[in-house]
Amino acid sequence: MAARLEVRKTYKLYIGGAFPRSESGRSYEVADTKGRFLANAALASRKDARDAVVAARKAFGGWTKATAYNRGQILYRVAEVMEGRRAQFVDEVAAAEGLTARRAEAAVEAAIDRWVWYAGWADKLPQVLGSTNPVAGPYYNFSVPEPTGVVAVVAPQESSLLGLVSVLAPVIVSGNTTVVLASENRPLPAFTLSEVLATSDVPGGVVNLLTGRVAEVAPWLASHMDVNAIDLAGADDAALRTELEIAAADNVKRVRRPDTDDWTADPGLARIRSFLETKTVWHPIGV
Amino acid sequence: MPTPFEYAPAPESRSVVDIAPSYGLFIDGEFVDGTGGAIKSINPATEEVLSEVAEASDADVDRAVKAARRAYTRVWSKTSGKDRAKYLFRIARLVQERSRELAVLESLDNGKPIKESRDVDIPLVAAHFFYYAGWADKLEHAGFGPDPRPLGVAGQVIPWNFPLLMLAWKIAPALAAGNTVVLKPAETTPLTALLFAEICQQADLPPGVVNIVTGAGETGRALVSHPGVDKVAFTGSTEVGKAIARAVAGTDKRLTLELGGKAANIVFDDAPIDQAVEGIVQGIFFNQGHVCCAGSRLLVQESIADELVARLKRRLSTLRLGDPLDKNTDIGAINSLEQLERIRHLAGVGDDEGAERWTAECDLPAKGYWFAPTVFTGVSQAHRIAREEIFGPVLSVLTFRTPSEAVEKANNTPYGLSAGIWTDKGSRILKMADQLRAGVVWANTFNRFDPTSPFGGYKESGYGREGGRHGLAAYLDVTGA
Repeated sequence: MAARLEVRKTYKLYIGGAFPRSESGRSYEVADTKGRFLANAALASRKDARDAVVAARKAFGGWTKATAYNRGQILYRVAEVMEGRRAQFVDEVAAAEGLTARRAEAAVEAAIDRWVWYAGWADKLPQVLGSTNPVAGPYYNFSVPEPTGVVAVVAPQESSLLGLVSVLAPVIVSGNTTVVLASENRPLPAFTLSEVLATSDVPGGVVNLLTGRVAEVAPWLASHMDVNAIDLAGADDAALRTELEIAAADNVKRVRRPDTDDWTADPGLARIRSFLETKTVWHPIGV
Repeated sequence: MPTPFEYAPAPESRSVVDIAPSYGLFIDGEFVDGTGGAIKSINPATEEVLSEVAEASDADVDRAVKAARRAYTRVWSKTSGKDRAKYLFRIARLVQERSRELAVLESLDNGKPIKESRDVDIPLVAAHFFYYAGWADKLEHAGFGPDPRPLGVAGQVIPWNFPLLMLAWKIAPALAAGNTVVLKPAETTPLTALLFAEICQQADLPPGVVNIVTGAGETGRALVSHPGVDKVAFTGSTEVGKAIARAVAGTDKRLTLELGGKAANIVFDDAPIDQAVEGIVQGIFFNQGHVCCAGSRLLVQESIADELVARLKRRLSTLRLGDPLDKNTDIGAINSLEQLERIRHLAGVGDDEGAERWTAECDLPAKGYWFAPTVFTGVSQAHRIAREEIFGPVLSVLTFRTPSEAVEKANNTPYGLSAGIWTDKGSRILKMADQLRAGVVWANTFNRFDPTSPFGGYKESGYGREGGRHGLAAYLDVTGA
């Protein structure tokens, strides 16, 4: 009897909770680090990027008003579902990054644990980052952190899964929604992560994932007037990065420049803080 | 008919200030001549030239940045937090000691009423230095890691609406965090910054820790694009803020921006109406409306709109416009002819687009730049006077029916600096405060400021916060913490 012929996966985009192909109908070849064909990934276009921003904006109201407890549970659920797909992620990360099984396993485990770490932050941020302020007058005055809005993320190019999770989780834990441009040459683990997100009670549109060319898609995200912030973690080309930062100024986007390639280090609060606003409320005290 | 209540003139004496005919730049602890041109600073209430200040050239800016770098490397970065605190406490005390002088000078140079410079601006300046002084030796407790580091040399550019207060917002946290600064005051209001330089000398602040370069746009451009600057902080228009963001793109410079606004001041039908009227007046006519967080869009619930607007007009008719140095003056002079023309232009656009203009009856002095308190009713969201920052004593009145409509209209702007809510219902205040996309929300009050209270905007109103623990983040290396 002949060996069973495997059913291969079509890699698509993840927009608004659905898995469309690129509206452009384009795809590009993805190879492993030795150049062997892995799959065809969807080659996202400007229209896909704009659709993704619309989906992210639409999801913002619901996600930001979900209780922090609820958001924390959903992020934890992502870790649970990833754990169940551990073997698949290890294979994909090993193929994408050219790692040994052992090192791929370490990266996947760290990625799962990162979700758990961030999940626990959801209901602690206002206490740690907020304050009541002792103003010199009869007013009650307090400051709370709030999500910035729609955040575009250029995911790290090398670390296809751990790097991605390390930049994605801190954006959404506080209530932002996002459009993520996956690692250009290593996009397959990211797509599989989108399947996890779709089945982890993360509302559709909270995370939208594009695969394609950074130089083609990122400028549309950087100049989009309904995107509030951009994380340039994976914008490796310095000239392009400058161009993106200039475009981001059009609507005063918050810009996070790349500062590390070490995704195994303790992340701290810096990434979360980069995509938060502080709202201060005053009210008189009197009878 | 009762005759209007007459006030005798009650001018504050200007003899308390001693204005030199010309000023140089304050670099490395000394006043030095600039190598560029000169700018006349005038009293906008009389058009009298107060003094001539240097317009710093690129070379002057370079000299100032180098002085700041030297001071950072050799002195300030080695000065303990405890000693930085003591310098800042000294400055706070000196500001208090010289407060009358500073207030009069501010009103002369800016045109704002003496009761505001005396009772609001200058006390807040002292309070700001006093507040951040206390942080200088406690940074490890601020929530940015165990050993937060300063950034280096800060280039700071400030506006003309609160000249010395904006200086305090910039310099106090920068120095507390361990940075040195080069600050450029606005071209029309440089005089209190130069008096502040003298205060730094009296405080024996090490030379180069604070440098003041006067000038206009070109000087500001030279400062923010100078490669020796590690951090740029700007308060001013959104347009210039965007240009600065583009200028620092591709560098390692950190940037915080405090830009324009078009705040909604929302009045519900259950609001305490007399307090609301006072709050609306305070919201838009404080400082002649030259306030980035001014409540320039009044959103009033339809059922009380007529009554509220009638009471508002009655109240506005009692405001006294005139000599900024008169202690009874409520509305001072518009800061510059350029700004006056901008206000006139946008008010004209309001007429053209079909809004109904009402202006408080008052006599405008023959000399100087003046604009009487003005209210536009029948304004729609599409009107330019409902969308663009006028930065003057002009209020646009819109109406709404439901709380959700109020939220929608309030948030329908690229800005997000501040907002106001007037209602007696606590649960509604909290819900509205939650839904408004603005950095400062005043409920049943407006235009309150305090050094402990973080201030700054959402969206195109900028990023970063000034004031409070949050304000330290702008001057510390927090990207890894």
